[in-house]
Amino acid sequence: MRIHKYEKIWLTFGIGCLFVFLTVVGVSAFAEGNQPPSCLTTIDPEKVDQTPPFNKPGLVKTGNNEYQLNMVASAFTFTPNQIEIPKGAKVTINITSKDVIHGFEVAGTNVNMMVEPGYVNSFTKTFNQPGEYTIVCNEYCGAGHHMMYGRIKVVDK
Amino acid sequence: MMNETMKVDRRDAKLALAHIYVAFTALALGGLAGLLQTLVRSGKLQLPAGISYYTILTTHGTLLGLVLTTFFIIGFQFAAISRTAGTLSDRVRFWSWVGFWTMTVGTAMTVFFILTGQASVLYTFYAPLQAHPGFYLGLTLLVVGSWISGFATFAHYARWKKEHPGKASPLLTFMAVTNMALWLVCTLGVAATVLFQLLPWSLGFVDRINILVSRTLFWYFGHPLVYFWLLPAYMVWYVCIPKIIGGKIFSDSLARLAFILFLFLSIPVGFHHQLLEPGITPFWKFVQVVLTFMVVIPSLMTAFAMFATFEAYGRSKGATGLFGWLRKLPWGDARFFAPFVGMVFFIPAGAGGIINASHQMDQVVHNTMWVTGHFHLTVATTVVLTFFGAAYWLVPHLSGRVMTKAMNRLAIIQAVVWAIGMSFMSGSMHFEGLLGAPRRSAFSTYGNSPQALEWIPYQIAQAVGGTILFIGIILVLVIITNLAFFAPKGETEFPVAEAAEPQERAALALENWKLWIGITVALILIAYTVPFIDMIQNAPPGSKGYKLW
Repeated sequence: MRIHKYEKIWLTFGIGCLFVFLTVVGVSAFAEGNQPPSCLTTIDPEKVDQTPPFNKPGLVKTGNNEYQLNMVASAFTFTPNQIEIPKGAKVTINITSKDVIHGFEVAGTNVNMMVEPGYVNSFTKTFNQPGEYTIVCNEYCGAGHHMMYGRIKVVDK
Repeated sequence: MMNETMKVDRRDAKLALAHIYVAFTALALGGLAGLLQTLVRSGKLQLPAGISYYTILTTHGTLLGLVLTTFFIIGFQFAAISRTAGTLSDRVRFWSWVGFWTMTVGTAMTVFFILTGQASVLYTFYAPLQAHPGFYLGLTLLVVGSWISGFATFAHYARWKKEHPGKASPLLTFMAVTNMALWLVCTLGVAATVLFQLLPWSLGFVDRINILVSRTLFWYFGHPLVYFWLLPAYMVWYVCIPKIIGGKIFSDSLARLAFILFLFLSIPVGFHHQLLEPGITPFWKFVQVVLTFMVVIPSLMTAFAMFATFEAYGRSKGATGLFGWLRKLPWGDARFFAPFVGMVFFIPAGAGGIINASHQMDQVVHNTMWVTGHFHLTVATTVVLTFFGAAYWLVPHLSGRVMTKAMNRLAIIQAVVWAIGMSFMSGSMHFEGLLGAPRRSAFSTYGNSPQALEWIPYQIAQAVGGTILFIGIILVLVIITNLAFFAPKGETEFPVAEAAEPQERAALALENWKLWIGITVALILIAYTVPFIDMIQNAPPGSKGYKLW
């Protein structure tokens, strides 16, 4: 099979770009820890209300300027749905679902997770910009899907 | 010998046309649903009679994503193998009709349960939302029907090989066989989840369902599905377009190699749709991201082959300068123009795909309108415009008619309308997604949140785009109806180009199916075995069904 000289150049350039892209993604993921949410914890979806920490959803202080935000998604609400976070705080968001699949997205940021019944999902974010953010459910969950939202207020302490 | 195969046999033409009629009926209904969606999402329209937005959304996705594509592709491929590998045998044709009717009955069932509001689960039908069992059964018939057609295709190919020992099969037939092989391997995933999980669960034989396993099996199918749509478009680009412009196929064996690479690399990539899910370790997600990126290689090969063909043709007509050959292309011919517009849109579409597949960037765009914008460029522009362009010669070829100058002009206008409509709609979807607007949602201001109010102007732009696209759908339906029933009788060519160097030996070596299927299976096992065992061993209690619409 004859490969034209120009095609060789083109493919070498293309495959070179591919390796650059993959290296960037890989280094960011494995060396700098920018991994996608992949908490491997399971939970009984029907016993979420009895299982800590989801029996008492909300923001918990865990260290100096470090917090855990434990949330429950269900059709068609987030609990809690009004959250105040001090500016600059490092917040680990844990979330699970009581019924169907939901999405958890803090619009305009990179906080974005699938929320699936039976699993806890988790993502850590430092909120440096004060302001108000909308939490939306971004996976179809039924007739009230577009009514499912919450608010995060990042406030100066 | 040549004359025998130049014209698709009338009986085979009927078979191909039947598929194409169902495809364009799906376009009409699904397109109307799409128009209504953009209008509802703009906030200016409420659906009458309590019809749910999500019912319309399910109709749109299922009819256009699954029905239009599958029927058009199988119809086109039957015409292609009949044209290049000879008339189908009576047995193959009989089974192809069985496949057609199985698919059609399945489609009718599925659409019935969607339209009666018993299956508003969107075309991804994620459990534990639970549709009526008839919805899953209809989908099963659609898939099983396509398998019957797939095996009919293989049987036809096997007969050709037996009759022509030591020869490479015709390129179009080879490509159709590769695409059906890809389809059979990938639909095993969706068949497994529907047959072993969703059907028994929706019928009440079992109480609970493993969500992550069903999602993984779905996406094992869901991404190769995209390549099943794309490869027939590539068949048109590689083989038919060169003939339409008057050129030659750049390289027969490189075209075959690209198709084999798609077979290898399209299937073990589903996790890049599941990057933000809880039950899969980051390592395995990354493995599949790497495999996903590899698909860039055959895509780049295709891009090169296309432009090499165009340039070689232009220069043979005396074009000079770096881009002088562009002026020599037949811009007034809709059979070339519509697919070319599709190719142009594939450049931003492919770039968007690389963004979606990247770990950290997906974090920003996952499940936002960006994704909707992305596949409206890939599937709803590149693939669909190529199918339209192909239909402009395929339908009159099969119906024994000719395309008139007036229809050709209308087809050029159609492609321009499509490009404008899609630029509005998909463009604003991309921007809206970057601002965080979720996909698959009805109109909402999220309690008048300032962020959501920013999205609304884009949603209005989407409705403008959607309306223009609907005009495009009406135009294409007018053209296709004309070509099938009203155009003047005559002979239309089924364009199949010759290779620039026809006697390459590599072509034959590229038909080692045992090896290709073996490599495909090996890659799938590498990409899925460990995480799959993990999903089953560390499974949470299953979910019971919910009907929340």
